[in-house]
Amino acid sequence: MKEGFRQSMAWLHTWSGLVLGWLLFAIFLTGTLAYFKAEISHWMQPEVPARAVSTDSSLALAQGYLQQHASGAGRWFINLPDAREPALSVMWQGPVKPGERGAFMEKLLDPATGSEIQARETRGGEFFYRFHFQLQMPHPWGRWLATGAAMVMFVALISGIITHKKIFKDFFTFRPHKGQRSWLDGHNALGVLVLPFHLMITYSSLVIFMSMVMPASILTAYNGDTRAFFNEAFPGTNNAPAAGKPGVLMPMGPMVEQARQQWSGGRIGRIAVNNPGDENASVNVFRHSGDRVVHDFGSVISFNGVTGQLLRVSPEQSLPAAIAGSFYGLHMGVFAGPVLRWLYFICGLAGTAMIGTGLVIWLGKRQLKHAKSGVMPFELRLVEVLNIASMSGLVVAVAAFFWANRLLPVSVAERADWEVNSFFMVWALSLLHAAVRRGRRAWVEQLGLAALLFAAVPLLDLLTSPAGLVTSDWMLAGFDLTCLGSGVFLAWAAWKMQHPSHTRPSPQPRAERLRSLALKNEVN
Amino acid sequence: MKSNVGATPVSYRLAVASRVLAAVFGGYLLAALGSVCLTLLLPTSRIEATVSGMMASFVFYLLAVLWCFACRSAWRAWAGVAGACLVLALIAGLAYWTARP
Repeated sequence: MKEGFRQSMAWLHTWSGLVLGWLLFAIFLTGTLAYFKAEISHWMQPEVPARAVSTDSSLALAQGYLQQHASGAGRWFINLPDAREPALSVMWQGPVKPGERGAFMEKLLDPATGSEIQARETRGGEFFYRFHFQLQMPHPWGRWLATGAAMVMFVALISGIITHKKIFKDFFTFRPHKGQRSWLDGHNALGVLVLPFHLMITYSSLVIFMSMVMPASILTAYNGDTRAFFNEAFPGTNNAPAAGKPGVLMPMGPMVEQARQQWSGGRIGRIAVNNPGDENASVNVFRHSGDRVVHDFGSVISFNGVTGQLLRVSPEQSLPAAIAGSFYGLHMGVFAGPVLRWLYFICGLAGTAMIGTGLVIWLGKRQLKHAKSGVMPFELRLVEVLNIASMSGLVVAVAAFFWANRLLPVSVAERADWEVNSFFMVWALSLLHAAVRRGRRAWVEQLGLAALLFAAVPLLDLLTSPAGLVTSDWMLAGFDLTCLGSGVFLAWAAWKMQHPSHTRPSPQPRAERLRSLALKNEVN
Repeated sequence: MKSNVGATPVSYRLAVASRVLAAVFGGYLLAALGSVCLTLLLPTSRIEATVSGMMASFVFYLLAVLWCFACRSAWRAWAGVAGACLVLALIAGLAYWTARP
């Protein structure tokens, strides 16, 4: 690299962006969808009624249910319903043997009656959320790959900023209908406009998994004892082991009330009960993470489950923990209200589009050289196929996931898995389709199909909603309208692909053409 | 660097591969050593120093990667990363043994 610093950074930006661009596109799009994971889950389980509920009565119902069905469990978890997640969720885990985790069971309860909700089996929005950082791979490989991709994203962002000398001037430059130039202007504008978001989301994703990917500090400071680190970092979860003698758990209502007073009216998120039927039962009340921007894993108040006595209030976070917590909180955006949540969603889409336009530019620049011969070298064709499948193909797969949710019969065995399978099968088919069709045709057909599938989602919802549930539920209506909007946008994109504005370049004046010809000869 | 794949000599490709290896693995080592140095040297409690060190490590990684592709040759990429690792390892070693004799 004998060229200048900026050129070498441009090279780094180009190639780091290409190599993991397809994966990053999928990570960004599914992560963006995950900002609405509760709303997506709600749409995918229309049996769960949305209504105002009281925390205290739900808690008593949950405790009653668990005492009846899971009295021998090692641990209980209760997630109280809130405005976004209308169901009361209870989970329990088999007796904890040392060094081993028992299996988890989860049930959704109606917060008003305490009976099990017979909702269709689905992963819901949780699927996008999990795919976003686990990539449907066995633990921990997906997390490693996603974090590695995040590091490459970080490198691509910083090298992109260095490359881009006129960063603010170019932001106000958009030249539409100029083919390659418009793509580049769009890429730059998307990058600069939401640059703080890109930097925050990328660096925070590294911080979230730092103890997994960068454990050297823990190993040195704690002499290889990672458990000691986690106990010190999250003291609230360091509870006494089971005594082996039976005990009776107190009603948890008063404990929760006391916790709420400690947090001066803060909301309750999750309640964990350790060894519920034991003399050493302990109740950990966690604060709702949507209460504050700064996330605090350790924000816990612990009670003795048998006497109801307050055992411990977690101390205030230290400064570094608060910084790490703000990275975490900002990334997840649980604190965001409706407006801010939409802003998160739009920023996420902008990030996705930035990656997408970058991939298109990479290919477009190189295709120009082969435009005349019409024969594309294998590696360019490979990039084209991957571009199509990873972008329009993924969008079709997302739509297929929603359609499968409503079309698969409720009684199918392993129904939730089949929804996920339909997602991946459709994605694989889009790859096959992109491989056999010519580039632009494949784009138009896949975008067109995605447009159709998304635009028809409101109709699908209307036809397949369980009877009597078509009420004035704003969450469902919002989902349908968003799908309709996405359909319109995708149709526009398909139309633009069909009628590119730069296929017929405006005839250059003869003199200018001669001059450029002369210039070319000079260069050669 | 040129993107014209057909005309690139093998030596050039090997040099790029070498830089990539230096950036990925050398960069990781440098980031890990950097985080250890911070953890051992920061005058705060053990847990705070550990969290700070881990959080800052990715900046070390970034700088290492940028260096590996900005310097003039693949040899310099390796030399730079190795040199920085050596210095950080020395600092970390000194800090470790003075704290725990």
